[in-house]
Amino acid sequence: MAIEVLMPALSPTMTEGTLARWLKKEGDTVSSGDVLAEIETDKATMEVEAVDEGILGKILISEGTQGVPVNAPIAILVEEGEAVPETATAPQKDASTPSKTDAVAPAQTAPKVATPSVQKSPVTSPAASAALKVFASPLAKRIAKEKGLDLAQIKGTGPNGRIVRRDVENASAKPLSASSAATAPAIAAAGGSTSVPHSTMRKVIARRLSEAKSTIPHFYVSVDIELDALMALRAQLNATSPEEGPDSFKLSVNDMLVKAAAVALKRIPTVNASFTEDAMILHDDVDISIAVSIPDGLITPIVRQADKKSLKQISQETKDLVKRARAGKLKPEEFQGGTFSISNMGMYGVKDFSAIINPPQAAILAIAAGRKQPVVKGSELAIATVMTVTLSVDHRVVDGSVAAEWLSAFRSVVESPLTLVI
Amino acid sequence: MSQTDFDILVVGGGPGGYVAALRASQLGLSVAVVEAQHLGGICLNWGCIPTKALLRASEINHLLHDLGPYGFKADNISFDFAKVVARSRAVSKQLSSGVAHLLKKAKVPVFDGFGKLDGVTKEGKRKLLVTKEKAAPVNLTAKHVILATGARARVLPGIEPDGKLIWSYREALVPDAMPGKLLVIGSGAIGTEFASFYRNMGADVTLVEVAPRILPVEDEEISALAQKAFEKQGMKVLTNAKIGTLKKSEKDVTVPVEVNGKTENFTVDRVISAVGIVGNVENLGLEGTKIKVDRTHVVTDAFCRTGEPGVYAIGDLAGAPWLAHKASHEAVMCVEAIAGKTVHPIDITKIPGCTYCRPQVASVGYTEARAKEAGYKVRVGKFPLIANGKALAMGETEGFIKTVFDEKTGELLGAHMIGAEVTEMIQGYVIARTGELTEAELAETIFPHPTISESMHEAVLAAYGGALHF
Repeated sequence: MAIEVLMPALSPTMTEGTLARWLKKEGDTVSSGDVLAEIETDKATMEVEAVDEGILGKILISEGTQGVPVNAPIAILVEEGEAVPETATAPQKDASTPSKTDAVAPAQTAPKVATPSVQKSPVTSPAASAALKVFASPLAKRIAKEKGLDLAQIKGTGPNGRIVRRDVENASAKPLSASSAATAPAIAAAGGSTSVPHSTMRKVIARRLSEAKSTIPHFYVSVDIELDALMALRAQLNATSPEEGPDSFKLSVNDMLVKAAAVALKRIPTVNASFTEDAMILHDDVDISIAVSIPDGLITPIVRQADKKSLKQISQETKDLVKRARAGKLKPEEFQGGTFSISNMGMYGVKDFSAIINPPQAAILAIAAGRKQPVVKGSELAIATVMTVTLSVDHRVVDGSVAAEWLSAFRSVVESPLTLVI
Repeated sequence: MSQTDFDILVVGGGPGGYVAALRASQLGLSVAVVEAQHLGGICLNWGCIPTKALLRASEINHLLHDLGPYGFKADNISFDFAKVVARSRAVSKQLSSGVAHLLKKAKVPVFDGFGKLDGVTKEGKRKLLVTKEKAAPVNLTAKHVILATGARARVLPGIEPDGKLIWSYREALVPDAMPGKLLVIGSGAIGTEFASFYRNMGADVTLVEVAPRILPVEDEEISALAQKAFEKQGMKVLTNAKIGTLKKSEKDVTVPVEVNGKTENFTVDRVISAVGIVGNVENLGLEGTKIKVDRTHVVTDAFCRTGEPGVYAIGDLAGAPWLAHKASHEAVMCVEAIAGKTVHPIDITKIPGCTYCRPQVASVGYTEARAKEAGYKVRVGKFPLIANGKALAMGETEGFIKTVFDEKTGELLGAHMIGAEVTEMIQGYVIARTGELTEAELAETIFPHPTISESMHEAVLAAYGGALHF
C-alpha cells in the first residue's frame, strides 16, 4: 500500500514552507523514525521523520522548492517490490523562479515517467544521502577513518550501492566536514575553549551564506551620500505625527532609506532581479528584505511592494515585522522571498562594510553610519552628515555600470528626498 | 528449421560455458551452447568431480586401515578397483546429464560439434560454424560469442602420455588396474590429489616437484606440513627435482630424478604427468582476427572481452587460476555485462583454491610471503587442529589454520588451511574477504561449538594475540 508523505506544518500559523533538502533518495529503504527531508524557514529547519516504513518510491517535490503548501504530498512510500502508483503526481513548480503565486497548482495529469523499480537499479542507489546511516563495508569504514575521508561524500559501487574498499581508495582525499573538524585538537585555543552546538538557524545561516558567497560572483560598489536633507525632511515629517494613537508615527532614517531603495529599484529595474540558469528574472514588485539581528542569528522580514507604500506605512510595517521577528513570530511568507535586501549597521557606528547577497536576489545594500565630516561644496569647505553605502551585486545579473547607475539614483533620491513623499 | 540466430552463442559446455548459458537464459537472452564432447566439461567429466569420487574411496580405504584407535577391528580388507572407478564414472555421468537437464529446462539448445568463428554478417553479427566429423556443418549467428573451450594437460617432451605407462589425468581417472608403484610428476592440485589417492589406496607413490616445495602456490608453512603428512603416510616426496630421460620397458618405466646434483632412478609401473595445462585455442577461428593468444590462452580484459568486439573468453581458456568456480563466476559476469548490468572485475585474491589430498588444503588471498612482497605489514595468526575439540574427537588432529591480516586496516589478506574438511570451511574466510570484514567482525562472530571451524575463529584471535585455546 503506497503511503503519501505530507508537508508538515512548522507552526500553527504556517501555511507553506520550503522543502530544503532530501536526506533519502528514491529507492532508499526507509524505517520508521528515519529523517526523510528537511523543511526550512529562515527561523528553523525541521526534520520530516518517516512514520511508516517502506521504500521511498517517488519524490514529488524536488529539493529547494519554495512555497510548498502544508499537507501537500511531498513523497510516496511504497512497500518492497510495489510499484509507485501511476497517479503519484508532482505539483509543478519551478524552484528557481520565485513566483508570486503562493499556492502550488497541482499538475492535472500524471507524467508517464517510468519510475525505476527498486530492484532494477541496485548499483545506482546513492550513498551520498546517507548522512545518518552510511552503508559501507567494515574495511571501507576503517580505511576511510584512517585516511580522514567522509564516507557520506563517497559513492558506493558495491552491491546495492554499498561503499567498498575500491570506492574509498578511489575517492580523492576530501577532508572531513567542518563539523567533524571542529573537534580536532588544532582548533582548541591554548587557554581552553567551549564548544557551542549549532542551532538550526546557525546551520541554515552557515549553509545559505556559504552557498551564496561561493556560488554568486559578488562585486562591490561604494558611494558616500550626504544625509542632511533626508534628516531634515525626517524631522519635518515626524513633527506632523499625532502625539499618540493609531495614526502616530516616528519615521527612522532606515525607513526612509528603504523607501529610497525602492524608488531607485523602480528607476533601475535590472537590479530588482534574479539569476536563473536559463533567464534573468525581472521582478514586477519591489519587495525589500530588511536584515534584522535576533538573539540566535538574523532574519530578513520583507516589506512588500515598498515602492507603492508611503513612508508611514513602511515605518509601521517595519516596526511590526522587527518586533515579531525578535519574538520569533513571523510567518514564513513574511520572511521568504523578497527581491532586494538592506542591511543597516549605522546604529553601530561602522564606517563601511559589504554584505553577502541573499539568494535568489541579485543585490544587497550595506548601510554604514552617517557621520559629520568636512565636505567640499563648490570650492568651500563645509560640514555634512555623510554615510557610506556599499552595494553587493551578483555580476551574473548586474554589471558594474548598472550598479553604479543604481547607486547614483539612490544617492540622488536620498540627497533630494522629496521624491520619497511624492 | 531450428533456430540459428541467438543473442549469445557459447562455445564449450563446461562450468564456464553452461553457466554462461543458464545465466543468459535467466536474463531473457536467447542463447545456445556448442559442445563437441560432454556437457559439464573437464570439471564434471574428467576433473573436479570424478577425482572427488575416487578420493572418497581412498579415504574410506584409509579409515578401514586405521580402525584400531576407534575400537574396531577388521580383517581381510579388500576392494574391487574396477568398482571404485566405475562409481567415479557413474557420478560424472549423473552430473553431466544433470547439466543437460538444466539447459533443457532453461530452453537452451545444445549444438553437438566444434564451434569456430567464421567472420561477421552484414548486420555485424558473429558467424559461428559448427562441425563434427560426419555431420553436416551448421551455420549459426549471434551478437555475442563467448569462448569457453577450457584447457587440457600440458605435455612435456619425453613424458608424453601414451595411455599405457605414462598417464595424464585422464588415464589416471580410469585405470585398468592399481599400479603397484607410481611416480607423479608435478605437485600442483592435480598431481597431489592423484598422489594422495593412489597412496591411500595402497600404491607406492613418489611425488616429484621441480619447485623447492610441493603445492607451490600455497603458503610455505602449508606446503611444509603437507609434505610432512604425505611422508608420514609413506609417500616419497622429492622437491627441487629434475626429470631425466624416461626409459620405458614392456611393463614399467625407469625415471631418473636429479636432486641436488645426485640422480636416482625410480622404476615404476606407471607415471602420471601433471605439469600444468594449456588452453584449447586451436580451431576456434582465431587466426586473422584481433583476438590475441598468449602462451595458449586468449588475452582478455578484466571483463573477459577479447580484441574482437562481441567475442569473449572465459575460464581456463582465458587464463589463470584454472578453477571451475573462477570460470563460472566469469561466465556470470560476462553475461551480465552483455545484458547491460553493472559488473566488477574478478579479484583473484578473493578466489579460493582447494586441494582434496589427505590432509586437505584450502586457501584464499595472500600468502604471508606474498603479502609482505606486496608491501603489507602483516599480522599472522595460527591455530593447530590438535587444540580443537572436534578435530580431536574425530581423530583428525593433523593440520592448522593460518590467517594473514593487514596490520594497518585489519583487512583479512589471506587464509590458509590444512586439515580435515578445510575445503568445506574456507568459504567462511572468502565471505569475510568479499564482504570486506576486518578482524573486528571476525572476532565478534560466534562460531558453533564443537566444530573444526572454531579453529578459524581462534586463528583470527591468534593474529591479535588472543587465541583462547592455545
